[in-house]
Amino acid sequence: MKKLNFLKPDKENITTYLYSGLLLFFVALLDVFLGSFFKINITSFLPNFVSFLLPLILGIIGLHLIRIEFSGIKNLDLLNKNINTNTFNAVLTLLIIFTLIKSIPPILSWSIVDANIAGDTKEACTGSGACWTYIKIWLRRFIYGMYPNELQWRINISFVLLIALAFVGYFPSEKVKKFLTLYYVVIYPIIAFILIYYLISGGSLGLEWVETGAWGGLSLTFIVSFFCLIFCFPVGMFLALGRRSELPTLRYISVGFIEFWRGVPLITVLFMSSVMFPMFLPEDFFMDKLVRVIIAISLFEAAYVAEVIRGGLQALPRGQYDAAKSLGMGYWKMHIFVILPQALKLVIPGIANTFLALVKDTPLIFVVGLLEIVGMLNLAKTNPKWLGFAMEGYVFAAIIFWIICYAMSRYSQNLELKYKTER
Amino acid sequence: MSDPIIKIENMNKWFGDFQVLKDVNLSVEKNKKIVVCGPSGSGKSTLIRCINRLEEHQKGTIIVDGTELTENTKNIEAIRAEVGMVFQQFNLFPHLSILDNCTLAPIWVKKMPKKEAEEHAMKQLEQVQIVDQAQKFPGQLSGGQQQRCAIARALCMEPKIMLFDEPTSALDPEMIKEVLDAMVNLAKAGMTMIVVTHEMGFAKEVADEVIFMDEGMIVEKADTKEFFANPKNDRTKLFLSQIL
Repeated sequence: MKKLNFLKPDKENITTYLYSGLLLFFVALLDVFLGSFFKINITSFLPNFVSFLLPLILGIIGLHLIRIEFSGIKNLDLLNKNINTNTFNAVLTLLIIFTLIKSIPPILSWSIVDANIAGDTKEACTGSGACWTYIKIWLRRFIYGMYPNELQWRINISFVLLIALAFVGYFPSEKVKKFLTLYYVVIYPIIAFILIYYLISGGSLGLEWVETGAWGGLSLTFIVSFFCLIFCFPVGMFLALGRRSELPTLRYISVGFIEFWRGVPLITVLFMSSVMFPMFLPEDFFMDKLVRVIIAISLFEAAYVAEVIRGGLQALPRGQYDAAKSLGMGYWKMHIFVILPQALKLVIPGIANTFLALVKDTPLIFVVGLLEIVGMLNLAKTNPKWLGFAMEGYVFAAIIFWIICYAMSRYSQNLELKYKTER
Repeated sequence: MSDPIIKIENMNKWFGDFQVLKDVNLSVEKNKKIVVCGPSGSGKSTLIRCINRLEEHQKGTIIVDGTELTENTKNIEAIRAEVGMVFQQFNLFPHLSILDNCTLAPIWVKKMPKKEAEEHAMKQLEQVQIVDQAQKFPGQLSGGQQQRCAIARALCMEPKIMLFDEPTSALDPEMIKEVLDAMVNLAKAGMTMIVVTHEMGFAKEVADEVIFMDEGMIVEKADTKEFFANPKNDRTKLFLSQIL
């Protein structure tokens, strides 16, 4: 057996290095773990400063010892290649692991261990952690807004129906497949509108009328996002085509429109739509606040969508236009069958980006008095009986938004894969 | 002698201040095969792109199959539908399968029923020997296969005239032959063709006439045999000595 050189671990004594290295590494982890979860400092006999830095030092030495190139052990090589290439990276790795270990206990204790969910008044929350009772009691408001409790089945039925109808596209037979786009772009939104108009809004068919001011919470988030997404996309597409048009009038109108909407903040647009806009309308003409808001957000986002799509149009080589033209296709046929399918495929990430931003912009509709989920939260947190639970509310909203946005993001990634054809 | 199917008179074209085509006169009769050659930048690609108005000419007249090319979009689309074109860079539609590439225009421009268009397309793909690749996407094919597919795609419109814009220039040497073979077969079937190419072997084999262009002008136009055996213009002689 050759002499061990601890400065240069080599392959010959790999077992020794590996075991001693791993031992030190795990001792370091254990030290941090115990300190963080059980408040036990196993190195308390050392001076404070040394005791604080010891896990890091042990970890560095441990990782140094197992840093053996081409060890032949697959997992070790993988580890070394990815998180342990040199001392600096080893330190970063250790710091990240330590931070995770240190931050888990407070999060756990706040959200679960010391939290309360029982009872239905503020007094039930006795622990030092989160008061989920607050969320539980206000959940109906967060989801349905001020919509009357006994009528909420109407929202439920509408949304269940709409979700079910959205999945129609997954069971197509060859015959109906070509109508799917038409279904999603035209028929589905119309069905959605009819459901919302007759069922959620009511006022006819023997259903009680519920004014849009009472709508709110998560259901309003969905309604606003859904219609804005559906409207802003085609408008944006036409603006993008218009901006690249050879007709100067059309081009300047598109440019002007896009630059106008991109130049103003959404909050002013919403404010104008609800306060200024009605002043210009004839007296007997009434347009619901919600409709105005949806139109305003749609036009606002359409400007962004237009620029994203224009990026895709510009990325296409001129040969594609030439080829389509040489086959006798006119402007619309060329764009519908050749240009747009390719351009839109290219800009799926950009469109998803814009759509995510749109969903996260919906809370701004509070400026016109519509309270979607964050609006309801702000309302609830100022309720005298439930003061002091802003944190729980915002965490709840953050989780809901994260779920919505993550789902959209995954969906856009699936779309990208689905339409990928090898270039 | 029948009327020429393409008649170009005193055609001039500028890109900005730069004159690319100067007083071009050309008439092509039905079933004739014309090869256009010349140094790069001599305007030969621009010339054939003017024939289906992918480029606009500013002066002179171009009459294709009895219709003059003007601003009238309906006329232009009608002419493009009967003038097939094959490009240097293939320009297949990458988001569509080979078969869909071939049926797209017949279905939507010629309003052919889908079934008929597909049968027709398969026949054309068989002609260029890539029928077994019909379900693949362009990105999965070699350059030669893509170019043959591009030829089939143009033929699916049943054109009266075929324009080839340096169809083999972007290909590896071993793939040039398969594309040229497809073009030779097409020529033998009696298609009217205008081919911009540097493949002089192809010119000798199928061309009725060869046109030599330089600096936007048609410098020499002669029967194929005459052109190669006895070129008249000095520039033609120089060009031929360089590439033969």
